[in-house]
Amino acid sequence: MTGFLTLLHKELLRFWKVGFQTVFAPMVSTLLYLMIFSHVLEEHVEAYPGVTYTVFLIPGLIMMAMLQNAFANSSSSLIQSKITGNLVFVLLSPLSYQEIFFAYVLASVVRGLAVGLGVYLVTLGFFDLSVTSLPWVFLFALIGSALLGALGIIAGIWAEKFDQLAAFQNFVILPLTFLSGVFYTIHSLPPFWQGLSHLNPFFYVIDGFRYGFFNASDISPYVSLGIVAMCFLAVSWLTLQMLKAGYKIRH
Amino acid sequence: MTPAIEVKQMHKRFGRLHALAGVDLEIRTGEFFALLGPNGAGKTTLINIIAGLTRATSGSVRVMGYDVVADYRDARRMLGVVPQELVYDPFFTVRETLLIQSGYYGLKNNEAWIDEIIHHLDLADKAGVNMRALSGGMKRRVLVAQALVHKPPVIVLDEPTAGVDVELRQGLWRFVRQLNRDGHTIVLTTHYLDEAEALCSRVAMLKQGNIVALDTISNLVNSVPGCAVRLRLSPDTLPSALRPLMSTREEGYYILTLAEYSQLEHVMAALREAASQVLEMQVLQPDLEEVFVKIMGDAEITESAAVPT
Repeated sequence: MTGFLTLLHKELLRFWKVGFQTVFAPMVSTLLYLMIFSHVLEEHVEAYPGVTYTVFLIPGLIMMAMLQNAFANSSSSLIQSKITGNLVFVLLSPLSYQEIFFAYVLASVVRGLAVGLGVYLVTLGFFDLSVTSLPWVFLFALIGSALLGALGIIAGIWAEKFDQLAAFQNFVILPLTFLSGVFYTIHSLPPFWQGLSHLNPFFYVIDGFRYGFFNASDISPYVSLGIVAMCFLAVSWLTLQMLKAGYKIRH
Repeated sequence: MTPAIEVKQMHKRFGRLHALAGVDLEIRTGEFFALLGPNGAGKTTLINIIAGLTRATSGSVRVMGYDVVADYRDARRMLGVVPQELVYDPFFTVRETLLIQSGYYGLKNNEAWIDEIIHHLDLADKAGVNMRALSGGMKRRVLVAQALVHKPPVIVLDEPTAGVDVELRQGLWRFVRQLNRDGHTIVLTTHYLDEAEALCSRVAMLKQGNIVALDTISNLVNSVPGCAVRLRLSPDTLPSALRPLMSTREEGYYILTLAEYSQLEHVMAALREAASQVLEMQVLQPDLEEVFVKIMGDAEITESAAVPT
C-alpha cells in the first residue's frame, strides 16, 4: 500500500507544484467560455423551462473542464516521464500494474475535481446555481474524471511524441467534449445529430451531471450512470491490459 | 548458495535483430562482476531484462532466486539499478526524489538510511536543491543514491562513469567497493577496461549477443600466451634476426612480440651475437585490454552457438 500511496502522492505533487498552470489556468479559461457564450446566447436559448442559458451552461462547462484536466493529468505526466526517461524509476520498482493504474487515475480525478470545484465556487459569486442532488453531482464528477484519467493513461502510453498526444487530445477528446451537449441540450438538434450524440459517452457524463443541478436531463441519470460505468470498466480493462503487457513501456 | 543473478538461455529479438542469442550466466553472491563488450553487444539489453525493463523473447532470469517475471516484486526488491542515461524528475529536490523512490519500494521512515547515502555520496549540501539545478556529475550521484534506497543485495551499474570527472569516478568506486565489502553483489558495465581490471573479480565479454569469454581477470590475462619486450639498444639498430618479431618502433625503443616466454633466450642470443648492448629492457605482460581486443577479434559468432560457460 505504501508504494501505491507514494506514487499517488508523487502524482498529486506533480500537478500541485505547478498549480497555477494545472488548476488555476483551466479555471480561468472555463470562466471565459462562460462569459462569452452567456453573453452571446443568453437572449436566444432557454434549455429547460425556468433555467436561463447561462445557468444551464455552467454544469456542462464545469464537467468539460474536469474531463479535459483529468485527461491532461495522466497523459502529460506519462508522456513527460517517458520522454525524459524518468518513468524508469517507477518501472524498476516493485509497484504492480494495478497500483500504477489506480495511482494515475486517482491523481487525475483529484485534479479534475479541484478544477471543477474551483470553477463552481467562482460562479457561485455571480449566478444562482444550487446543487439539488449532491450524490448525482459527485458520482458523475468522479466517474467522468476517472474515465478520462484512464483514457489519459492510454494516450500517454501510446503517444511517443508530444504532437501525437496533442493529436489524440485535439481529434478525439476535444470533439467528444464539445459535441457532448456542453453548450446545448441535444433535444434542440436534428434527429440525425441527436442519434449520433447518443454514441458519445461524454454526453451521458454531462447529462447526468446536469441532472444533479436541475433535476432535469435529456435521459434518465440511471441510464447515463450505467452507460458511463460500462465505458469506464471497458477503458480500465484495456488500460490494465496495456500496463500488464508493458505495451510501449517495457520493450 | 543462491546465485545473485542467474540467466538461462536468454534470447531477445528486436525484429530481425538477435540482440541476445542464448546467454547463460551465473553471478555469485558477493562478486564484483563486469559485463564487457563493444557498443551494441547486448550489455544494456541484458541488464534491462534482469531489471524487468525489457521482456525476454525466451529464457529466464532469477535475482537472488526470484524469477524477474513471475516473482517480479521480490526480484525487484533485491535489485538496485543505476541506469546509463542521466534521467531525473525535474519536479523534485534530491531529498524528495529519494523519499519517493523509497516509497515505491514500500519503505516508510527511511530517513536515516537516506541521510547516510546522501552523506556517502557527498550530496549533503544539495539535498534541498531541485534536480534540474544539478550538474551532470551530481545527477549521476543521485541516480546511484536512488538505486540504493532500498538496500538491495544486488547492485547493477550500467556505465556509471561515462562522462564523469576523475574525482567523482574515484569517489564512486571507493563507495561501490565499500558496498561490495559489506556483502553487496556488484555488476557493472564499462568501456574503461582498466576500471574493470582494478575492481572486478570476474568478467563476461559479450559480442553480438553471445558470451564469448567468462572467467576471472587473472585467468583471462594468463590465457593470452607470450609477452612483449621493450628494448633500447646501443647501437640503435635491431639485429636482423629479430626483425620478424618486431611489432612497433617507438622513439628509441623496439617492441617485440613473443609467442612464449622461452623465446626470450633466442632474443638474448641474437643480441649477444650482434654485439648489441641492452640499455633498457622491459617485459610487458598482456593486460585486460589486450585480452579484450584479442577475444573480440577472434570470436567467431555462429547463430545460437553460445560458448559453453
